[in-house]
Amino acid sequence: MAIISVRNLRKTYGETVAVDDVSFAVEKGEIFGIVGRNGAGKTTTVECVAGLRTPSSGVVEFGAGLTDAKEQIGIQLQDCSLPDKLKVGEALELYASFYPRPADWRALLGEIGLDPRVAFAKLSGGQRQRLSVALALVGNPRVAILDELTTGLDPQARRDTWDLIERVREMGVTVLLVTHFMEEVERLCDRVAVISAGRVLAVDTPDGLIERAGGGQRIVFHTTGPVDALTALPEVTSVRRNGDEVVVTGTGDLLVTVVGALTPGQVSGLRTERTTFDDAFLALTGNAPVSS
Amino acid sequence: MLVQKKLILTEAKLFLREPAAVFFVTLLPIALLLVLGLSVPGFSQPDPALGGERPIDAQFPAMMVLLSVATLAVSALPATLVMYREKGVLRRMSTTPVRPGALLVAQIAISAAVAVLSTALTLTLGHLVLDVPVPRLLAGFTGVLLLGSVALFSIGLWLAAVAPNAKVVQGAGAAVLFPLLFLGGMWVPRDLMPSPLRVVSDFMPTGAFGQALRDTMGGHAPSLTHLAVLTGWALIAGIAAARMFRWE
Repeated sequence: MAIISVRNLRKTYGETVAVDDVSFAVEKGEIFGIVGRNGAGKTTTVECVAGLRTPSSGVVEFGAGLTDAKEQIGIQLQDCSLPDKLKVGEALELYASFYPRPADWRALLGEIGLDPRVAFAKLSGGQRQRLSVALALVGNPRVAILDELTTGLDPQARRDTWDLIERVREMGVTVLLVTHFMEEVERLCDRVAVISAGRVLAVDTPDGLIERAGGGQRIVFHTTGPVDALTALPEVTSVRRNGDEVVVTGTGDLLVTVVGALTPGQVSGLRTERTTFDDAFLALTGNAPVSS
Repeated sequence: MLVQKKLILTEAKLFLREPAAVFFVTLLPIALLLVLGLSVPGFSQPDPALGGERPIDAQFPAMMVLLSVATLAVSALPATLVMYREKGVLRRMSTTPVRPGALLVAQIAISAAVAVLSTALTLTLGHLVLDVPVPRLLAGFTGVLLLGSVALFSIGLWLAAVAPNAKVVQGAGAAVLFPLLFLGGMWVPRDLMPSPLRVVSDFMPTGAFGQALRDTMGGHAPSLTHLAVLTGWALIAGIAAARMFRWE
């Protein structure tokens, strides 16, 4: 049963269309990703879901026991900080007092591994993000919305944050994850909505989207010989040549077929690559340069 | 109510962790009164320019009260609020069931408490050390303190409403505070101002506030003009602030 259904959501600011037409449904207990480039309308979409903005048109419906956005949706937004001198423990205790049925903030503190006596200004970027997650969870929400959580974190802090998000899901909280970081989608999301220019291009599992983008296989090698014959093979979908380097994509027994068709002795540096979510995203959104 | 109390306590702790703020709004006016009162002989002698009063009878302590309230209202409070808006503290609160307005209430409550406390300390220490008389019209003095504080805090909230960021509000706070203090009689007592300047001062919130504090300390009723000026500023600035305040 869907815990959040968004139908034909639209949000405009004067002439500017932030969200054009967005529909998706989030199932209870999943990690649902919303991906898109900067300015695609991701943040506005989740702000409408959380009741922070009123949609210009369209519907946001709750189900599966979710009734009150402010009380039952915990949201961590970008660029929200705390007073410099507020200590970690004080922040959690204060925010816990805002909710009718808060979580045990001391237990959350253990979960994020921070010292309660440290002032906010003294926290590293990763520690601030972990505190942000804890503040989004301190009201004991049914849904946690996390917006661009790992942007600007170093690889270790990013992995720690991912582990934390997985533990959040294990606590039974449905997670709505806004990101433009494709590795994060592959690692964490059960399903994802790809948004571009305020519209949903596709909603699927990460693997499903990869499949749509031309399947899972890609072979790269160097050769000076002709490769035209490869195009005729049924397993091959595309052949791209860039100088000596040839990239072949396709399905089925691609590797065996391609190797069998090549002239021995003329091929070097052959490797196979799996199509990543990155490739799928670029294929879906059409290779335009990322604006940021 | 419980949440509001918790917010006020937390914000009070944060205020006390800012030594500069505590110094400028509480310690500086008291220290000025005591140090200058003890070291400048003229302050304890009747001054014909003040109608035969000693400066420490009313003029000087009234100016120290004005200094403390004006610094809190026009400089400290708007700087904190704009910083909270700029850093997304208000925005983060708006994601919870508690409205960010509760934070505004907490900030104003703390500023008011600090203003009262610092006034009480200034007058008490002034009385014990320098023999500053207790305000002879105590009820009137308290009423003037309240009305003047409302007027100045409204101006501070207005500043917080229109300032786009923390840098601007700090600059604007100082640019507004010093002329206001000057026109309030901080450096040149109103009695010594040329009369056109004194008329301007009469219509400034600080001029009206400072004079009304002096009047009530000396046992005189404040002038109705000054009370009307303070009420006018409170209304105009208060309404403008309420209309223009942005949470993000």
